[in-house]
Amino acid sequence: MANDSSTPQQFTEQASEIQAQMVTVEIEGKPFQVPAGVTLMKAMWYAGKEVLRGAGCLGGFCGACAAYYRTKDDPKVKTCLACSMAVEDGMSFSFMPAFPARKAIYNLQEIKDPKQDLFELYPEAPLCRNCNACTEACPQKIDVREGVWKAVFGDFKAVSDMFMDCVMCGMCAPVCIADIAPNLVAVYASRAQGVHFTEKPEGLAQRIKKIADGDYQKDWDRVLQLSDEELQNTTASIT
Amino acid sequence: MDITAQQNLVHQTRDARRAIDFPKLSPAERDALIKKYHPDHRGHAYRPIKFGPNAGDSTVKEVATLLEGDSTIPADFNLTPEYSVDVLVVGGGGAGCAAALHAHAAGANVLLATKLRLGDSNSVMAQGGMQIAVGPDDSPVQHFLDTLKGGHMKNDHDLLKVMVEEGPSIGQWLLELGVLFDRQSDGNLHVKKGGGSSKARLLTCSDYTGLEIMRVLKDEVLNQKVPLLEFGAVVELLSDGNGSCTGAVLQDLDNKRHVVVAAKTVILATGGIGRLHIQGFPTSNHYGATGDALVLAYRMGVPLVQIDTFQYHPSGGVYPEQLVGALVTEGIRSEGGHLVNAKGDRFVNELDTRDVVSSSIIKECEEGRGVRTAAGRSGVWLDTPLLDVAHGPGTLDKHFPAMVRQYERYQVDIRKDPVLIYPTLHYQNGGVKIDVKGETPAPNLFVAGEASGGLHGRNRLMGNSLLDLMVFGKRAGQTAAERAKSLPQGTLTLDHVAKFREEAKRHHVSSGLTSPMVLPAYTRQV
Ligand SMILES: Cc1cc2nc3c(=O)[nH]c(=O)nc-3n(C[C@H](O)[C@H](O)[C@H](O)COP(=O)(O)OP(=O)(O)OC[C@H]3O[C@@H](n4cnc5c(N)ncnc54)[C@H](O)[C@@H]3O)c2cc1C
Ligand code: SF4
Ligand code: SF4
Ligand code: FES
Repeated sequence: MANDSSTPQQFTEQASEIQAQMVTVEIEGKPFQVPAGVTLMKAMWYAGKEVLRGAGCLGGFCGACAAYYRTKDDPKVKTCLACSMAVEDGMSFSFMPAFPARKAIYNLQEIKDPKQDLFELYPEAPLCRNCNACTEACPQKIDVREGVWKAVFGDFKAVSDMFMDCVMCGMCAPVCIADIAPNLVAVYASRAQGVHFTEKPEGLAQRIKKIADGDYQKDWDRVLQLSDEELQNTTASIT
Repeated sequence: MDITAQQNLVHQTRDARRAIDFPKLSPAERDALIKKYHPDHRGHAYRPIKFGPNAGDSTVKEVATLLEGDSTIPADFNLTPEYSVDVLVVGGGGAGCAAALHAHAAGANVLLATKLRLGDSNSVMAQGGMQIAVGPDDSPVQHFLDTLKGGHMKNDHDLLKVMVEEGPSIGQWLLELGVLFDRQSDGNLHVKKGGGSSKARLLTCSDYTGLEIMRVLKDEVLNQKVPLLEFGAVVELLSDGNGSCTGAVLQDLDNKRHVVVAAKTVILATGGIGRLHIQGFPTSNHYGATGDALVLAYRMGVPLVQIDTFQYHPSGGVYPEQLVGALVTEGIRSEGGHLVNAKGDRFVNELDTRDVVSSSIIKECEEGRGVRTAAGRSGVWLDTPLLDVAHGPGTLDKHFPAMVRQYERYQVDIRKDPVLIYPTLHYQNGGVKIDVKGETPAPNLFVAGEASGGLHGRNRLMGNSLLDLMVFGKRAGQTAAERAKSLPQGTLTLDHVAKFREEAKRHHVSSGLTSPMVLPAYTRQV
């Protein structure tokens, strides 16, 4: 380990020369050889494919890269985020196309009874038939079906906790036999929870008032008239 | 040695390490360390910009080349507009959504154009939190001083004062939209302490702060029916021939068609530069982080500030290979996680500023105390299991669900084993010059968010970016909307591009390279 000096560590999204071992994967039904262990996203690039729709944050947070995959000899088609899943030999995968789910339009501030209004905005929500397909489709392992019921029964707090992990990939929607888009129901319920059912933080209100009242003016005057050197000394003592 | 054997050393040394307190460096020591090891000080990676408003200033070669690049729009381009709006907002991240919502609320006719889908951005990935001085022992003035210290005293005081003072009311705005910040048992906002800050000041939504904020902002943009053009990348600005901005040319990436937008005001909120892979670094940034605003504004004659300094986040993934460059949340260090070298020793105070911590990691690796992976990378350990040991089992599950999941996907259990990290290209400290309203020296051209510069000095403090986006997104949006009310639509010309081309010719720059980059070229030529 004597010569560890590798800065800058040269970086390539294709990682081809360090991944000698190749595997065969099927992308949209067609076989390609790609380096073992790369993400599905990098496999796309390696296969020579342009990715536009399908790539976003590349970090597992935006849901742009929703994909279906199946491993060798397993009949079960699973879901994943293509930027955050590694290929394996014999895997088949395809990206999910954009799905035209309906989003309700609302003004949360003006809504009087958010729990009741859910049934007007998303009348399909209470028609859930408990098939559990949404939960099985969720790459974030959220208990989506349970969340839909919590929303219907007005437990918006539970919904907001359960869906904090939701990356809005939308994979729960196409599978729903009741035409529910559970993630959109959850966004509504979570926001309503924040707007209507969460305490207003007292300390924040006080801080805003103090700033408006000019309570910090003396401190500002003192700090802003300091010379660069004095400022430097002042900040140097901060721990 | 395989990774597992090396991990054992971290387990073995944990108790001994916990017994010692690792001091922060003195200002002189910090400076020396940074000068020697921080990538901002690697002279060979830099060169002067040949022409334009920052002629002679030094920046990294990757940025200089793009700034000097040619426009993709030919001189005789047909500028008949397809849209005519009051405010064109470019970029669907936090700054863009905030700008669009505020401009719309102020009565402007807005078009929001973004390169990928709405929300596909850096903003959605922010895990660590958002700095707002709300704690009883805290104040905007303290926030100002901490940020100045972090920025090596180079921050623009006016921009900074505006940001820290408007922080609390921004917090209020987000709460009113339904953002669920973590709370204390008394209902007040829960604040965490971030690296480089003297007070606990980070508002969080577990480790999904950016995701939560963006879910809400996106939903609101759709509720407000703000006209949207997704997969619409701005590739050139338009001017009236006298230096004022009057619109832009977009490219619809779905069909490659160009779309001309006449706009009384334009707000660029296109984010950072990670995908330029400066100095060969991997990055934590989203697919579209290619510094487009820098190029577009520069061609309009707008100067850039502090464009020689970038933030290399201390904790980018190194192993497994799929996570190279991905951000490992700073929260682990905030909560007491140690950094450990291949010898099992700590080597820096983990809560020092990012530039100090990154420099020290690079130092360990360059001096042979890094841990090497089979893929030939090196890094140091971040002792994640320590958090469950120190604060009780379940701590990681409760406070870092996103990170647990990030590694679980590759069969790594961060509750049991430490993870390897190395600095990753994370943030553009400088950017396009703006005033306190978010306006650039080119009239009616605004820039908000990471694309703008000056506020953060030479090193952005953790959590200040999310606040920056909201504050200056709002200011730019409101000012642009107000301005548009009394402003006639100016003529649409490419005069600034013609001028720029002449200058390029005069300086014998003919690389043939066009910019902005729009998307990185990752597709292998097969
Ligand atoms: C992984 C990660 C974690 C972070 N964590 C934190 C944190 O905890 N706290 C914090 O304060 N900061 C954090 N940051 C920094 C912060 O998230 C970013 O600086 C901030 O989100 C930038 O916001 P923005 O709106 O300026 O740009 P972005 O959010 O990146 O949005 C830019 C938008 O513009 C679009 N765009 C780009 N070019 C064009 C073009 N030519 N035409 C049209 N559209 C275009 C992009 O597609 C994107 O939608 C983090 C950053 C990363 C990458
Ligand atoms: S709840 Fe639906 S949209 Fe959210 S992550 Fe799961 S599948 Fe995706
Ligand atoms: S998929 Fe639809 S019907 Fe089935 S459980 Fe989920 S919400 Fe209910
Ligand atoms: S690209 Fe954003 S989650 Fe995969």
